[in-house]
Amino acid sequence: MGTGSERTARDGIRSVAPLAIAVFAFGVAFGVLARGTGMGAIAPIVMSLTTFAGSAQFAAVTVLGSGGSAATAILAAALLNARYGPIGVTVAPFVHGGPWSRFVHAQLIVDESWAVAAEGDGRWNPRVLLGAGLGIYVAWVVGTAIGVVFGDLIGDPDRLGLDAAFPALFLALLAPQLRTRTSVAAAVLGAGIALVLTPLSPAGVPIVAASIACFIGLARGGSA
Amino acid sequence: MSATTTWIVVLGTAAATMALKAVGPVLLGGRPLPARLTRIVTLLGPALLAALVATATFAVDRDLVVDERLAGVAAAGVALLFRAPVLIVVVIAAATTGLLRAFV
Repeated sequence: MGTGSERTARDGIRSVAPLAIAVFAFGVAFGVLARGTGMGAIAPIVMSLTTFAGSAQFAAVTVLGSGGSAATAILAAALLNARYGPIGVTVAPFVHGGPWSRFVHAQLIVDESWAVAAEGDGRWNPRVLLGAGLGIYVAWVVGTAIGVVFGDLIGDPDRLGLDAAFPALFLALLAPQLRTRTSVAAAVLGAGIALVLTPLSPAGVPIVAASIACFIGLARGGSA
Repeated sequence: MSATTTWIVVLGTAAATMALKAVGPVLLGGRPLPARLTRIVTLLGPALLAALVATATFAVDRDLVVDERLAGVAAAGVALLFRAPVLIVVVIAAATTGLLRAFV
């Protein structure tokens, strides 16, 4: 990396390759777990093709698997993806072309491609974003497909402890986000809200309700 | 779950995600979001992920129970402290829980 705006889409693919391997493994996990919740074989693959946002897909599948309604599953996923609003805004000034080109670039934004495409001075390289995003996308979709096939061979997922794989995965996604006191507070509050509401409300609702914990970002004006 | 519910969720999640990703580049152009809004949205991640950790660890339908899953998640936490890769963390959690179920 380094030479700023000179980087190309090929550089994007190259610098994202180690991350793509992790995303591939993550995709395999999604395929296995989604298959285990009874979604069938095609739906998880179509979801990876069309949604392309790992944590949100896991969240939607978890809510569905626990008996939540379609609406709460979609809402939980959308809330988890709300960060792509501000993330998209940071990239917007550097994505050129017509609305269609902008739309395609926007779909290739995931946490990894966004991070790799950052030039470090508040600018983003759209070519790197495109290359890195495509690399991650292929890894994610192929991983999911392989996971679905594996999931078919595994049989009863609970016997293998796969029900513990879901919370472990969310914990792994949560850990890097706990960099500030405010984010730790939001996490503790969110978990508390969800646990208190679990016996009191239909499945899925506790997850969605936990999102109100983010408003402590207003109470504490400091770093978030 | 029914096939209809599954496909509603697949399509609904895709539509919501595509819209959220596109709103900045397609509609807003170069205008920044208010800092306060960004701060709130940033905290949605930790709040929701922690809620998912908590419910996926303790909930069985509408009951809260402590079972083998907790040991698996605790093992995952230890693995994360040692900076293990995500896939290893997940495998450790599943293996811990599966072995406890099989032998304890």
